Amino acid sequence: MKWDWNAVSEFMPHFWDGLLVTLKILVLGSLISFALGLVWALLMRVPTRWVTWPVGVVTEFVRNTPLLVQLFFLFYVLPEWNVTFSALTTGVIGIGLHYSTYTMQVYRAGIEAVPVGQWEAATALNLPLRRTWAAVILPQAVRRVVPALGNYVISMLKDTPLLMAITVLEMLGEARLFSQQNFQFTEPLTVIGVAFIVISYLASLALRALERRLVH
Amino acid sequence: MTSGLWELVLQGVWVTIQLLVLGALLATAVSFVVGVARTHRLWIVRFLAGFYTEVFRGTSALVMIFWVFFVLPPAFGWQLVPLWAGTLALGLTYGAYGAEIVRGALVAVDPAQKEGGIALSFTPWQRMRLILLPQAVPEMIPPFSNLLVELLKGTALVSIMGMGDLAFSGNLVRLALQESAEIYTYILLIYFVIAFLLTRVMRGLEKKLKAGVGKSAPRRETVTPEPAGIGGAR
Repeated sequence: MKWDWNAVSEFMPHFWDGLLVTLKILVLGSLISFALGLVWALLMRVPTRWVTWPVGVVTEFVRNTPLLVQLFFLFYVLPEWNVTFSALTTGVIGIGLHYSTYTMQVYRAGIEAVPVGQWEAATALNLPLRRTWAAVILPQAVRRVVPALGNYVISMLKDTPLLMAITVLEMLGEARLFSQQNFQFTEPLTVIGVAFIVISYLASLALRALERRLVH
Repeated sequence: MTSGLWELVLQGVWVTIQLLVLGALLATAVSFVVGVARTHRLWIVRFLAGFYTEVFRGTSALVMIFWVFFVLPPAFGWQLVPLWAGTLALGLTYGAYGAEIVRGALVAVDPAQKEGGIALSFTPWQRMRLILLPQAVPEMIPPFSNLLVELLKGTALVSIMGMGDLAFSGNLVRLALQESAEIYTYILLIYFVIAFLLTRVMRGLEKKLKAGVGKSAPRRETVTPEPAGIGGAR
């Protein structure tokens, strides 16, 4: 096995480009999944099965099917319906939607963990429904679930390479392109493999620190 | 869709199921070996097992698949058949997640059980086999069930390497028909049905195993599922 440091240094500019795209996907995808997950979680609490049933089926379906095929679906089917986005936008929507079905569960657990007394107090104070949610329940629920949401951000990081399949040039896409142009597979693939381990390890350390601060 | 194209899809289903079964077997073996090693009394064994889980959980499954397909062959001078390369990459990655499940379930067994084993002068191996595992394994089933669905979703990744699994057959049909809404809907539905069957089977297994140690299965599943790239800080 021979290791070529020249290939590494030649690959590095492409690596930084790829890293930037990966982080962009991660940030935008997280924002979509946080917002959409909350919407799903709130819809699941609407007291009629005409809402909860369809939302439950759709989210269950999205959660139990591969993200890769969902990305293909969005990438190839949306243009047939005359909706065209760039590959990056499609990917961000796809990954955000997929992860929203996970964050939804997190929010649900957080909402259920708010003590009943808080609900009763809100009723006793005659707060309208909107204020009960916005001022009493959600601030407590969301605070509780921040660490769990962070875990899903780390998971999402590890799913960003899937966007390569729909032509987005993130880290893995850049590595593959470089490999094919230079016939050097070992170095770029190993560099990004290590990069993933380092980033997710640092992120998990940061998350643990955040968790400790939220507890105290 | 013509019957020829359906045949293509069926072949894809077969490859996906093969990958799923082989990957699940390897992942189960890895998770028990590494998970038990993480509770070992020697720190070096615990450290190596912990290092393995951190590395394989830290990296992306798709990057691992690329690595097994492109870096292993020139580095070691041998090339794996695609099916085995896919099995290896998936089994090692998901095995690392499974190891955490095994470790968690072993740690959660009441310490008095272990002490009882020591008092009766069982060897460590007997304690593990006769006391800890029979109580821990039923608790592992719900998280393993989620992991199995994640593995099923992970098998789609090998299609990027050109292996003819279900997702790949979808691409072939799309190219043949120049039309994608219908075929991708079918493909997603097939994946969903497989995942649904898997969770049913695992629920039955849980009931059976829990009855074996005198517990009843919970009526409602309360486990939160974990996504494909399942998180580092757990």
